[in-house]
Amino acid sequence: MGDFAAASRAAVELLASGDPKLLEIVALSLQVSLSAALIASVIGLPLGAALAVSRFPGRRTLVVVTNALMGLPPVVVGLVVYLLLSRAGPLGELGLLFTPQAMVIAQSILVLPIVVALTRQAAEDAWAEYRDLLHSLGAAPLRSAVTLLWDIRHSLLTTVLAGFGRAAAEVGAVMIVGGNIDGVTRVMTTAIALETSKGDLPLALGLGTVLISVVVAVNAVAYLLREAAMRRYG
Amino acid sequence: MPGIAPPLLPLTLRDVVFEAGGKRILDGVSLTIDPGPRTLVMGPNGSGKSVLLRLCHGLLLPSAGTVGFSGPEYVNGRRRHAMVFQRPVMLRRSVLANVTYGLALAGVAISERTKIAGEALARAGIAHLALQPARVLSGGEQQRLALARAWALRPELLLLDEPTANLDPAATMAIESVIQAMHEAGTKVVMVTHNLGQAHRLGDEVVFLDGGRVAERAPVDVLLRSPASREAARFLEAELPWS
Ligand SMILES: Nc1ncnc2c1ncn2[C@@H]1O[C@H](COP(=O)(O)OP(=O)(O)O)[C@@H](O)[C@H]1O
Ligand SMILES: [Mg+2]
Repeated sequence: MGDFAAASRAAVELLASGDPKLLEIVALSLQVSLSAALIASVIGLPLGAALAVSRFPGRRTLVVVTNALMGLPPVVVGLVVYLLLSRAGPLGELGLLFTPQAMVIAQSILVLPIVVALTRQAAEDAWAEYRDLLHSLGAAPLRSAVTLLWDIRHSLLTTVLAGFGRAAAEVGAVMIVGGNIDGVTRVMTTAIALETSKGDLPLALGLGTVLISVVVAVNAVAYLLREAAMRRYG
Repeated sequence: MPGIAPPLLPLTLRDVVFEAGGKRILDGVSLTIDPGPRTLVMGPNGSGKSVLLRLCHGLLLPSAGTVGFSGPEYVNGRRRHAMVFQRPVMLRRSVLANVTYGLALAGVAISERTKIAGEALARAGIAHLALQPARVLSGGEQQRLALARAWALRPELLLLDEPTANLDPAATMAIESVIQAMHEAGTKVVMVTHNLGQAHRLGDEVVFLDGGRVAERAPVDVLLRSPASREAARFLEAELPWS
């Protein structure tokens, strides 16, 4: 308990002093996870919307698979991306292994099913409601899709934030493909793992505090946005 | 515009069958809907009234038989018939934007949309709610918005599916006066209703459905006072005459 108290005090000092090493790690974390959430959204939002309004053989299976992939174990994603990017792998030529780009790729894969599945759900609910009206008013399919995405934009923002939260908090994938290299690929989660095993509890706790704050803030923003949207648009 | 185009009506249904989920929901309906008199569609729950309206509006296609208007359904990109659903569909937008959205799809110039939508909202008595989000309105207000959205499109045929079901008397009156105004402006009204009082107030003729077939078609007074078919007679006995 004494250890914990001392470490907490040191962590607060570290945060208060704006330790450059700590800031660098936080910045890289945010950069990697935001990029991953952005890439997954660019791909996942249209996919989710298309999945919601289309009917084709095997669609139900695809929906079940997408839902299941939301729980992808990060270490497995890390392993697969590692194999793809390693020098002997099919994408080895790119020389991306142990770079932030590799971490973005791994986290994008991790976040994509979340974005697709949550978008599909929200779009499908709205579509069930809107379909007759949009047909009645003569909206073409593309126009219908745009209307749908626009009208559920607040749910979609929540979806994107959920994806970002998942990326920021995972350690398995970035550890494997990034390698936790000081000053290059070290992010909050990998640093916490390393500093804890080395016994540098203040840094680990300080980073842990920042990480929790980020995740809590993201969820709070998502919640407030949803609330505000519900109040405004029902 | 509608003046130049060939008339939309009559709408003719020939031996229309509609099957879904292994069930025959409409079983050989033949009908001609002429312009002018207000047509009511009545019948017990599940007799196929909503399906009939959806087929007329083109939301469903018949399994057999034909549904056809005598004139083109679109003039200058604008659909000449509109439908108001039993449960109004409210876009997650403001009241005004719910109306202008329909106008945009109908190809109305952006500069005219707000004016036309404002007039329609005023006509429906909800102009003061224009900037409110549509989905927080009461049931009666939502139904009035649905009517205003349809009214703004100046349809020549308006299909209404139980527009006052579950509404209190005041809201019902408000809706009825809008429907009456649309009729007086020359719109052909086809309306599903359960309410005998409303049928007297708003109807000219009744198409009575039972089990997916037209059991009887007669002027309102005739059908409600002395129905010729056993199906309509049974229905009238069951309904509370003062409701
Ligand atoms: N798309 C559908 N698939 C299967 N059954 C349907 C469908 N639409 C309506 N039905 C059934 O057809 C019957 C008539 O429906 P409906 O036209 O809604 O009746 P109502 O006269 O009460 O409006 C009901 O038994 C309903 O359950
Ligand atoms: Mg019905």
